[in-house]
Amino acid sequence: MSDEILLKMRDVWLEGRSDETWNPIINDVDLTLKKGEVLGLIGESGAGKSTLGLAAMGYTRDGVRISKGSVEFDGIDLLTASAAVKRALLGKRIAYVAQSAAASFNPAHKLMDQHVEGPVQHGVMGRGESEADGIELYAKLRLPNPDEIGFRYPHQVSGGQLQRCMTAMAMSCRPDLIIFDEPTTALDVTTQIEVLASIRDIVEQFNTAAIYITHDLAVVAQMADTIKVLLKGDEVETADTRVMLATPTQEYTKSLWAVRSFERPLKSAVQTGSVPVVSVQNIDASYGTVPVLHDVSFDMHEGRTVAVVGESGSGKSTAARCITGLLPPTAGQIMVDGDVMPPDYRKRSKDQLRQVQMIYQMADTALNPRMSIGQIIARPVEFYLGLKGAEKRKKVDALLEQIELEPSQYYHRLPSELSGGQKQRIGIARALAAEPKFIICDEVTSALDQLVAEGILRLLARLQDELSLTYMFITHDLATVRAIADEVVVMKDGRVVEQGPKVEMFTPPHHAYTDLLLSSVPEMDPDWLTNLLAERGVDNIGDAAVDKM
Amino acid sequence: MGNVLTIILQRLALGLLTLLIVSIVIFIAVNLLPGDFAESILGQGATPEAVASIRKDLGLDQPLVVRYFDWLGGVLRGDLGTSFAQANFASFTGTDSGATTVAQQIAPRFANTMFLAMITAMIAVPFSIFLGVLAALYRNTVFDRATNIFTLSSISSPEFFVAYILILFLAVLNPIFPSLSTIFEGMPLIERVERSMLPALTLTLVVTAHMMRMTRAAIINLLASPYIEMARLKGLSPMRVIVKHALPNALAPIINVIALNLAYLITGVVVVEVVFVYPGIGQLFVDSVQNRDIPVVQACCLIFATAFILLNLTADIMSILSNPRLRHPK
Amino acid sequence: MIWFVAALIGLAAVAWGFRFAGQAVTGNAPKFRDMPYGVAYGYVLGAAVLAWLVWAYMQGRSDDQAIANKFFFLRIAIEGFIIFAIAAWLFRLLGRSVGTARSKKLFRSMPLTASFGILTILIYAIFAIFAGLIAPYGQEQIIPGVAANIIPGGDPELGGNPDFPLGTDQIGRDILSRLIYGAQNTVGIAFATTVLAFLLGGTLGFLAATLGGWLDQLLSRAVDVLMAIPSLIFALLLMTIASVWAPELGIPLTVFMVVIIAVIDSTRVYRLARAVGQNIVVMDYIEAAKLRGEGLGYLVFKEILPNATAPLLAEFGLRFCFVFLTIAALSFLGVGIQPPLADWGTMVRDLGGFVNFAQFAPMAATAPLLAAGAIALLTVAVNFVVDWMLHKSSGLKE
Repeated sequence: MSDEILLKMRDVWLEGRSDETWNPIINDVDLTLKKGEVLGLIGESGAGKSTLGLAAMGYTRDGVRISKGSVEFDGIDLLTASAAVKRALLGKRIAYVAQSAAASFNPAHKLMDQHVEGPVQHGVMGRGESEADGIELYAKLRLPNPDEIGFRYPHQVSGGQLQRCMTAMAMSCRPDLIIFDEPTTALDVTTQIEVLASIRDIVEQFNTAAIYITHDLAVVAQMADTIKVLLKGDEVETADTRVMLATPTQEYTKSLWAVRSFERPLKSAVQTGSVPVVSVQNIDASYGTVPVLHDVSFDMHEGRTVAVVGESGSGKSTAARCITGLLPPTAGQIMVDGDVMPPDYRKRSKDQLRQVQMIYQMADTALNPRMSIGQIIARPVEFYLGLKGAEKRKKVDALLEQIELEPSQYYHRLPSELSGGQKQRIGIARALAAEPKFIICDEVTSALDQLVAEGILRLLARLQDELSLTYMFITHDLATVRAIADEVVVMKDGRVVEQGPKVEMFTPPHHAYTDLLLSSVPEMDPDWLTNLLAERGVDNIGDAAVDKM
Repeated sequence: MGNVLTIILQRLALGLLTLLIVSIVIFIAVNLLPGDFAESILGQGATPEAVASIRKDLGLDQPLVVRYFDWLGGVLRGDLGTSFAQANFASFTGTDSGATTVAQQIAPRFANTMFLAMITAMIAVPFSIFLGVLAALYRNTVFDRATNIFTLSSISSPEFFVAYILILFLAVLNPIFPSLSTIFEGMPLIERVERSMLPALTLTLVVTAHMMRMTRAAIINLLASPYIEMARLKGLSPMRVIVKHALPNALAPIINVIALNLAYLITGVVVVEVVFVYPGIGQLFVDSVQNRDIPVVQACCLIFATAFILLNLTADIMSILSNPRLRHPK
Repeated sequence: MIWFVAALIGLAAVAWGFRFAGQAVTGNAPKFRDMPYGVAYGYVLGAAVLAWLVWAYMQGRSDDQAIANKFFFLRIAIEGFIIFAIAAWLFRLLGRSVGTARSKKLFRSMPLTASFGILTILIYAIFAIFAGLIAPYGQEQIIPGVAANIIPGGDPELGGNPDFPLGTDQIGRDILSRLIYGAQNTVGIAFATTVLAFLLGGTLGFLAATLGGWLDQLLSRAVDVLMAIPSLIFALLLMTIASVWAPELGIPLTVFMVVIIAVIDSTRVYRLARAVGQNIVVMDYIEAAKLRGEGLGYLVFKEILPNATAPLLAEFGLRFCFVFLTIAALSFLGVGIQPPLADWGTMVRDLGGFVNFAQFAPMAATAPLLAAGAIALLTVAVNFVVDWMLHKSSGLKE
């Protein structure tokens, strides 16, 4: 890093169009980037960080405009420069790495053809030279078969590898600045690590300045020299990474940091011999002829939370579908309170259905958009408990109060008039309305921003204490597990890899996969990635077993 | 490649099967007629003997399944049967007019219709794709909105309205093209084109609107994809973004659009031929419908359906061929 | 033709000059600096077309009868366009100030095309419902003592009659009255057909989506086959057969037509209803309702249907247009709505020849054009409204 200033954005205002009116996206944000500096841009969804990142390239998407301010790159004003001048900069001196590599590579051309396009068109290198350089970059980014991978089509390469190919493509002209727009958000944790490590190395090696956009604090802590926090288009604060992590000055930043520290008190061990509320016993299941679950067993006891963790495709949601009866298992059985449940939900009695309730990941699709909040919650009340008229209304009001929403205010609203967190609360109320013993929470916080997610976790914890509910908590996020779980079940490829009380799970020695999973979760410590890599040894960060195609 | 070949062969087989079922549907529909063909040919005062003899001549005394396979076999050999009108005429005059088979009747008209469709396609395809791409590139501008209103209007108008408007302005008020398309064999090509111009323009207007809107939608969809944004952010020239990044991916949707609209032409051609008295298969079809000349109706129907299915099949296969995911399997 | 090409080339030079002048006057502002040549040409071309329209309109008002006749229709078209635009604008203004808060909000975001569409549909509805009150004569009434083929315009010198502003047809019926009754017959029959197609296709489509399995397979394959035959061709084939059956069974041919077109069209409705239904069925709230133990009736009527209304309503508009045009085409070809019912398609067929007199007596050509125009206007109006509805439902995502 030098003191020479590369990018200077001053008083930038951005607006987006909806229905003929322009609404603010970014209000009066300044941004300064020195040569070789990495700036982390963080904020929740809707904070305007991607739009700001693109504006740093002098580019706006359709329906967005820069209404005020200046963007100066190395002395060139990008907002007044002609199209030709800007084109000469883009790709050559400023490059972009998009969130979804799979969508951002042209499906019709080979990776290498897309890689060399920038250097050749900008006249930086010839095709042959650029190809050789590309292979070298692939090797530097620790891609398997660097000589060969570039000659595949995008759909023939896995997500984590594509993301690194895109980083290589951004590097192809050795730019002064790269904008990384949430490059690892779509990846699993174990894959994310490799991409993070390779991005960090290559940026350091070529002394490239970068703007790293993400919503994940722990990730940005590994990558950035400086952090800028955005909230709804306003800048909250900017500081050096270590300073920011140690002593945030603003309330909002502090609250973001605090989320990570929520943790429930430990519960005493389960009494031996007590009957579990739900018991999954040796189930196998398959979609059509494709087997997805193999001999899965675990128990869930009253008043406890069992977290089922695993990466996408590990079979954790399938296990939930077996419990609810949507996917009858091909072998094994589900027991509730010591009684065997019919495998198909259509064969279950009303009371058996009532016992098992579910809260969904996407609150948007879980609530009928044409029904009011009152109707949504009242339906199970009427259906299961047989309440009518004033009694029904009273029960619904009580439920709304339980989820901390004012009944008179929300009863007649439609789901579309609620925020994401409020919708998720309605989902909880609908599950509670059945007065169940057992609730399956399927990734209930993963679509929410951190602060909102924490509110939901706290609410679920409180309800559990009050009503002694049993939760099956499906998640891929280990921070959530740490916060709320009593017991943990780790799944991989349709099998239970390891299970036990939380304390045991988080203390070594682990099963190899649990270890990989646990250690791959980024921590707020800025030295975490460096230490981890040293621990694992540079050659083995990737763990080829996970990153197979 | 083997993968793609299997898929294409499957589609071809499916198309053939559809065609077979369609032929059954058409055949059964025609045989739903009450009474007897023979009676309707000879009229009220027919003697039972005459009816029986005609029935035997036309094979109407056979069971339905046998008649279907006879008919299908005939169709495959190019024998589409005997036109009632012609048969009637022949039986009255006692002479053989020389053009009694449906096939002989249809062949020249089929050529005429193909000629008309070809002229239309030659004007409409480049024109509408050009306009469609333009509207997509300059979307939400005055130009885009004006074309949107114009195309919506011309899609909504019945073909005969467009036809009469064109006759009014291009034949009556400004005599540029003739309003009747009298075409005969041995006519010089230039004259033939000139006389076919108004029906071709009418069809062009109707088809262009459809094709343009679909092209526009396909291109807008494409331009919104992240890889086009990526290409722009790599600092490529607008020309290169379009030619190198948009076009290879736009090919499939555009070919699809063309094939679908040529299929649509088939329906449009019927009304337009009637308005301009163009001697094509559409007019023959309508005449036969009015005269209840069943064999001709049946044959025309089969020809239209075949063309329709073939074009849809082409669209299908083209889009499979241009999909890189299928061309380069993992 | 040569002049036309020369004008286009001339405009090319003007476009060059236009951009150059723009750059010079605005001091090389980005708008002109980065303007591609094609865009500049577009501006100039647009201006030229506008100028020509103004010129043509003035020609249409010329004192010289021959010239005025030649530009008569263009003049009417331009005047009509302006009047419709103003009416649509006024109607939107009215909608913004009268009605409930929700309807006002709807009108505020409405484009002019959509308000034109709604206004036009309302006017058609009024004509269709009150045709008997509005029309001066009956639709089948041959007025005694009145000549056939009176020319429209009502000017006795040109062969008109002020009592019959649109003239009379070949057997002396009042064309204006038949045009008004046409709204009732043509639109009414098309509407009934569409409703029938929706009941049939919609019910089967939702059943297939909700139940799936062999029922879905069976229905979908049957629909595939029916859709493999172009609809107008299939309709013509079936109408031929129906025309033999109709007198035999004593059922009017029009009834056959309604059923035939409804069945053919229900295949398209089926496809859409099934697709829409399938999109809804995979939603988590449906899964939640299923797991609650709800029955099929509750699922379809409370959970699925309310969420399908928007796309189905738009589809209803599109299908109505399609049915309407198909019926018009059949009638025009002589196998649709049967006389003596007044119908626009048949009127165009009967009066179409008058277009050829346009040069000498422009009014003579108006009768067939009005009938054809009445069809076009309604479908344009419905399409504008549907276009807006579709845009509104997809626009939320943008």
